[in-house]
Amino acid sequence: MLYQFADVFAFLILSAAGLAIVFGMMGVINMAHGEFIMCGAYVTVGLVHAGFPLPLAQLCGTLAAGVIGVIVEMAIVRKFYTRPLDSLLATWGLSLVVTQGMLILVGSSVAGIGTPPGSFAVGDYTFSVYRLVLFAGALAALGFVYLIFMRTKFGVHARATMQNAKMARALGVPVGRVYALSFGIGAGLAGLCGALYAPTMTLIPTMGATFIVESFVTVVVGGSNVLLGTAPAGILLAAVRTSLNAWHGQIIGQIGMLIAVILIIRILPEGISGFLTRKQR
Amino acid sequence: MSTSDPVLAVSGLWANYGATPILQGVDIEIGKGEIVGLIGRNGVGKTTTMRCLIGLLRATAGSIRVLGQDLTGQPADAFARLGIGYIPQGREVFPRMTVAENLTVGELIGGPKGKKQPDLVYQYFPRLAERRYQLAGTMSGGEQQQLAIGRALIGNPALMLLDEPSEGIQPSIVQMICEALKSIRNELGTTILFVEQNLDTILAISERCYVMEKGRITAEIPPGGVTSEAVRGHLSI
Ligand SMILES: Nc1ncnc2c1ncn2[C@@H]1O[C@H](COP(=O)(O)OP(=O)(O)OP(=O)(O)O)[C@@H](O)[C@H]1O
Ligand SMILES: [Mg+2]
Repeated sequence: MLYQFADVFAFLILSAAGLAIVFGMMGVINMAHGEFIMCGAYVTVGLVHAGFPLPLAQLCGTLAAGVIGVIVEMAIVRKFYTRPLDSLLATWGLSLVVTQGMLILVGSSVAGIGTPPGSFAVGDYTFSVYRLVLFAGALAALGFVYLIFMRTKFGVHARATMQNAKMARALGVPVGRVYALSFGIGAGLAGLCGALYAPTMTLIPTMGATFIVESFVTVVVGGSNVLLGTAPAGILLAAVRTSLNAWHGQIIGQIGMLIAVILIIRILPEGISGFLTRKQR
Repeated sequence: MSTSDPVLAVSGLWANYGATPILQGVDIEIGKGEIVGLIGRNGVGKTTTMRCLIGLLRATAGSIRVLGQDLTGQPADAFARLGIGYIPQGREVFPRMTVAENLTVGELIGGPKGKKQPDLVYQYFPRLAERRYQLAGTMSGGEQQQLAIGRALIGNPALMLLDEPSEGIQPSIVQMICEALKSIRNELGTTILFVEQNLDTILAISERCYVMEKGRITAEIPPGGVTSEAVRGHLSI
């Protein structure tokens, strides 16, 4: 059960972290989030087929998504900061173009690479080692976000921009570059999600959709702060889901999680991080 | 910059909010190490002038030269990196960041090669040292004003722009801030332009004043002439 909790938690955190950063920093709802996940997965699988060892391929997949994120920010998202609804439409459009483009270019599916073997037994159950890698990946993603945003100068500049972009600029923060990099970090985390889950699933151009529900739900519950929001939301939702899974199976788990989301939003309209930061003051 | 260049030279500055012209030809010239007041009644365009001088509002006509460089039309971060420290009306500290983190942002002023002065900031404002790890949003108004000034001072600016530093702050703290500003100028040669409506503050630190009315500079109080009567006359209080 603890093991299943870790599994669900990893899935929620990895799929939501990038989305939460982009939303929290720039107020942009990135509808193309799933396509950055797909990008990470495709690059990873492509490189493994080309003979790269899996971890290196995953690193490249993550970086590729990050770099493309920076380019997308500079080319498209940047123009829409004052118009949040338009940015939603623009990224949605991008998502459709990329999904269809991939269908045309690489076809409907690519040969998978298979989950790395290895398992261990606890009592009567056997577990795949790779699931532990995913959990570690989720923790590493959170740790990375913490270090970048709380322990570096870039992080201080980024948070200043998030709290008061005009004042940050008036003190010398190159706001445009901060936005581009933050978007790139968000896209890179999405790419990491795709890269880590690539061995476990079939690659199709619409695979981003697999992650979208969970990522949006986690961000909505968590609010705009990754560390104070996404992480606790991941714990909470994973707990709800695993206990319901154990009680009555996957479907009930999924339904129960969504009901929990609706309840939480009724009680905490600003999400968990909104609630936590308000209490601080 | 040649030694004769003024630190700040503004000429014929026009600026609008939407279609309404607010500034209608502002001329200001300030030499190195001067402390100059910009006074005038509510709504005449003092804050608007300051926002133009830090690049947050783009002028529709006229020019802004700082240290001999033409900054007209540049974004605010370019103004800051050239060495302008801006302390806005209402302070605008970053509320969910600590005092130390707020100061870190100010280190960008003056660009990467400029000198940074964290020790000096804590020396002038010991309160900030005590509260180093407190969230700025939880500090009192007076402490936030000290932080806003410290945040600009840390980057060793050539020019400081202060918009109503005394607003909503008790007299003893205002006095402390005035002393600090004078001493900063004396020690570092910092040029200071400040907007103010509080008579005592104006008398305490300004060496001369510009008087603004309806978006124009309509009068100047020359060095030595900043007296209670002169200032009262222009503010009609
Ligand atoms: N963002 C804005 N949009 C539209 N009009 C504005 C805006 N900010 C200021 N104004 C208008 O511009 C004029 C000048 O405002 P400004 O803030 O420069 O005055 P001020 O001299 O600083 O006044 P105060 O002494 O009250 O601070 C005012 O009539 C004000 O209503
Ligand atoms: Mg004002």
